[in-house]
Order: sequence, then structure tokens, then C-alpha cells
Amino acid sequence: MVELTLPKNSRVTVGKTWPKPEGATRLKTFKIYRYDPDNGDNPRVDIYFVDLDKCGPMMLDALIKIKNEIDPTLTFRRSCREGICGSCAMNIGGINTLACIYGIDEVPGDVAIYPLPHMPVIKDLVPDLTHFYAQHASIMPWLETKTNRPAKEWRQSIEDRKKLDGLYECVMCASCSTACPSYWWNGDRYLGPAALLHAYRWIIDSRDEATGERLDQLEDPFKLYRCHTIMNCTKTCPKGLNPAKSIAAIKQMMVERRV
Amino acid sequence: MAYLTDRKRAAGLGSAKDGTEHFWNMTISSYALLVLVPLFIFTFGGILGAPYEKVVAYFARPFPAIVAGLTILVGFMHFNMGVRVLIEDYVGGHARQILIVAMTCVSYAAIATGLYAIVKLAI
Repeated sequence: MVELTLPKNSRVTVGKTWPKPEGATRLKTFKIYRYDPDNGDNPRVDIYFVDLDKCGPMMLDALIKIKNEIDPTLTFRRSCREGICGSCAMNIGGINTLACIYGIDEVPGDVAIYPLPHMPVIKDLVPDLTHFYAQHASIMPWLETKTNRPAKEWRQSIEDRKKLDGLYECVMCASCSTACPSYWWNGDRYLGPAALLHAYRWIIDSRDEATGERLDQLEDPFKLYRCHTIMNCTKTCPKGLNPAKSIAAIKQMMVERRV
Repeated sequence: MAYLTDRKRAAGLGSAKDGTEHFWNMTISSYALLVLVPLFIFTFGGILGAPYEKVVAYFARPFPAIVAGLTILVGFMHFNMGVRVLIEDYVGGHARQILIVAMTCVSYAAIATGLYAIVKLAI
């Protein structure tokens, strides 16, 4: 259900302003959301200053520099630092993206960094993605077959394999789903763009033999049809994918098998 | 707090096995309104402000009466389906069900009233 105001214990307050590094000529200001569940305080926004001459070019470089040299309590997820693992997804300068492939110079002025919107926050920039992952599991993200297993592999033509391009690259960073207003208001029932893109990836896989069952499972006013083609998902996807197109294709298949 | 597994929470009550019909009906009625609304504006606008006798005579003709009747019927059916989506998006719990029932009643009442008025004029 729609919520237009934050609960009292989630309202963001003014935090600490950390000292500027000495002798720096190219300073960048980072306003970062901080929340510690252990002290019971409301979330706050701390202000950090980073010397760009002594920092890598990406947002993740700045975050790691802050954690290593200024404030070791700053908490965020990161792993591959090259846009493959999807761990460092966060809201940077108002856009959900991956900190590791988003340049510091892409945000003019001060950089505001928040966790992914409308998700429960575990600590600082770390959202709780439990439900998001469970929704992904619910669409059966694996090959379902009924025919006896072939002696070698399940064969697929080059043309059919090409249909999976633009789908298999999704790294499940949750940027798209958490940018979707429909997911904000009805995320408990609406599967969201990421899970639906994965659902489509398996629906159109020429080797998969559970197409009908997959469509049956999505035939629901909330699981699929909460998508109103807002397109925030496509606009924000840090991998340049188009979940909205996948969802539209699923809807088209739903109509095709009925009309 | 219920001790549900994450997977059970995500599955919820399962698929309603419904939704495509609503989506398809919305699409069809959208295309229908794309034709009907300009026709309605053209026919209704042409007689707007005319004396009573002239309006009655005008709507006694089949084309303006049928265009007006269809616009009211399809328009309010479309309105009902659209508002239902709106309510489902923004309202939760029992209020959602109550509002959907109320909006359905309002839409059908509007259709009935509109059609009655046109029939009365036409006959």
C-alpha cells in the first residue's frame, strides 16, 4: 500500500560533518546515509570530504577510501568492483546504480548516497534483499524439462540463443525493482522487474519445457500486472538492460495464448 | 510475527489465474475510445447549445444516439477498470475491496443513467 511519509523512526536527521583532508585542492563532498540498528537512533546523513587527487575514479573507490581512511564504521556491500556481482547497488545522486561502475565525475556537485529505496535497511547502505531473492527463486530460475535427458547437452540454435541476449546479463542488483513505484507500494505481491525479466529469460528459452506452467504462475493481477510501464527499471538499469520490454513481452504472450 | 519461510512469503496465495482478461479488455476499450471519443466530440459538440426540440430530433437519428450510447458504455467500463487498478495500487486491506465495489456501483449507475437519457431522447 502507498506510504507517502516515512515512519517516525526512519526519518533522516543531520549527522556528523567529518574534517576535510589537509592540503587537498580537488575536494568532493559525499553526503552518506547512516543507520546503525544497535544504537536505536534515527538514520542520519554524515558529510565526508574526499581528495579526488588521491582517490580512484569510481563511486566505490570513494566509499572504500572513506571506510579505510576516514570512518571505518561505514557499512556497504561490495565484491567484484567491475559490475558483475551486483553487490554495491545503491542510490547515488538520485539514481539506483552500481557504485563500482558509476564515475564520481558523473554527479556534478555534492554526491548524495542512500541505500536502495523502499527496502528495509540492515545497516548504512546495506538493504535487506531477502524478499527480493525469494521472489526470484519463486519464478524457478532454472531449466525445466520433461523429455528424457539427452546423451550430450540440450541443444539450442544460434538464433534461439541470441534471444537470451539482453536477459542473461542481469546481475540481480535490485536497482530496477527498487526504482519501481509499483514495487514500492505492492512489493509483497508484485514480483518486480528483475524477477519478471528472469522469468521471461526462461519462458523464451527454446530448451525449457515449462513455458505454460511459467505463464500460469504469472497470470495474476499483482505478480505481473502491477507493471504499468513506468519504465524506471529500464532507465536505471546499470547494465543497460530493458526489463520493461521483457514484461511487455510476457503480457503479449499471455494474450496470445488466450486470443 | 509469523514464522514463514522467505519462499512462502514470496509465493503468497499463489497465482489468481486471472489478470490477462482485465489487461486485454483495457486494451480493447482503449482502442475503441480512440475512435469513439473524437466521434462523440464531433457529434455532441455540433448540437451543444441548440434548442430542446432540435436536440431531441438530433438524437432521434441513429448515428449520434449510437455514438453517444457507445461512448458512455465503453467509457465508463474503461473508467471502472482503470480506477480498479488505481485502487489496487494505492489502497490496501478491506478498504481496497470496499472501494472497488463502490466504484463498480458508481460506474454501472453512470452507464445506466446515460443510456436511459439517450434512449429517452431518441424514442
